[in-house]
Amino acid sequence: MIGIEHYIVISSILFVLGVLGIFLNRKNIIVILMSIELILLAVNINLVAFSVFLNDMVGQVFAMFVLTVAAGEAAIGLAILVIYFRSRGTIAVDDVNRMKG
Amino acid sequence: MIQTITFYLFAALLILSAVFVIMARNPVHSVLWLIVCFFNAAALMILIGAEFIAMLLVIVYVGAVAVLFLFVVMMLDIDFAELRAGFVKNFPFGIILAIVLLAELVLGFGAYRAGGLDIGMADGTAAPIIGESNIESLGALLYGRYLFLFEAAGVVLLVAMVGAIVLTLRQRSEVRGQNIAHQIARRPEDATYNASPETGKGVRL
Repeated sequence: MIGIEHYIVISSILFVLGVLGIFLNRKNIIVILMSIELILLAVNINLVAFSVFLNDMVGQVFAMFVLTVAAGEAAIGLAILVIYFRSRGTIAVDDVNRMKG
Repeated sequence: MIQTITFYLFAALLILSAVFVIMARNPVHSVLWLIVCFFNAAALMILIGAEFIAMLLVIVYVGAVAVLFLFVVMMLDIDFAELRAGFVKNFPFGIILAIVLLAELVLGFGAYRAGGLDIGMADGTAAPIIGESNIESLGALLYGRYLFLFEAAGVVLLVAMVGAIVLTLRQRSEVRGQNIAHQIARRPEDATYNASPETGKGVRL
């Protein structure tokens, strides 16, 4: 029988895969952005599963807000990526040192 | 029975495509696997009756975000082989970090199964409306109790849109554009004049 546990396990694995993606592809910022999308997807699965489990619709409302912020984040992140590539000609994360941080 | 089989099918496909997203050599393939990933997540959400969020996932992610990623990946001219150079070097560290994170999650989940902290339950004020569909219950909540949050989400999207446009807008000086106000303000007396040049002097243009 499928229960809340199965959904939590799936979203945990997805979350860990997202974090792993950030650390494995440290040079490619596009894959890092995609890994962040995976992490947010794991959060959404968790919110929706608990919303159904607790018979409370607020979880789905907040899943929608997470979706909104994820879409905005992707748009802004890719816009920054495009202007950075235009001015520097590279998007390798190691070369991003303009602020000497 | 069919529910169990479907759940395991979609869950396996979801995890598999997520692995391919972070492992694919070519970012274009990564984006395509991301689309597969979101489709399977939407199917998992449909299985537990959250069809509105599932449809939203397909429309927003597959229809907008994935296509945006695809556009950017194809627009930039990048040497992807060079970007993957650190992959092997980062592999052990990344695996260790992933194992630690997964162990923490398993530990937390195990602790919850052993009793768990009592931080309260849903009070039932936001329960799905009996006899109505998922979308109608969600809409009642979204346009009622969470109206201002909903409008704030709209403002977030507006700011993101304006920000993305402002960031990527480029004034190109070498391109000659059409200046309509200048065209309309042009009068005949500015444009043409009569000249009676002396023979052999020519006309100044």
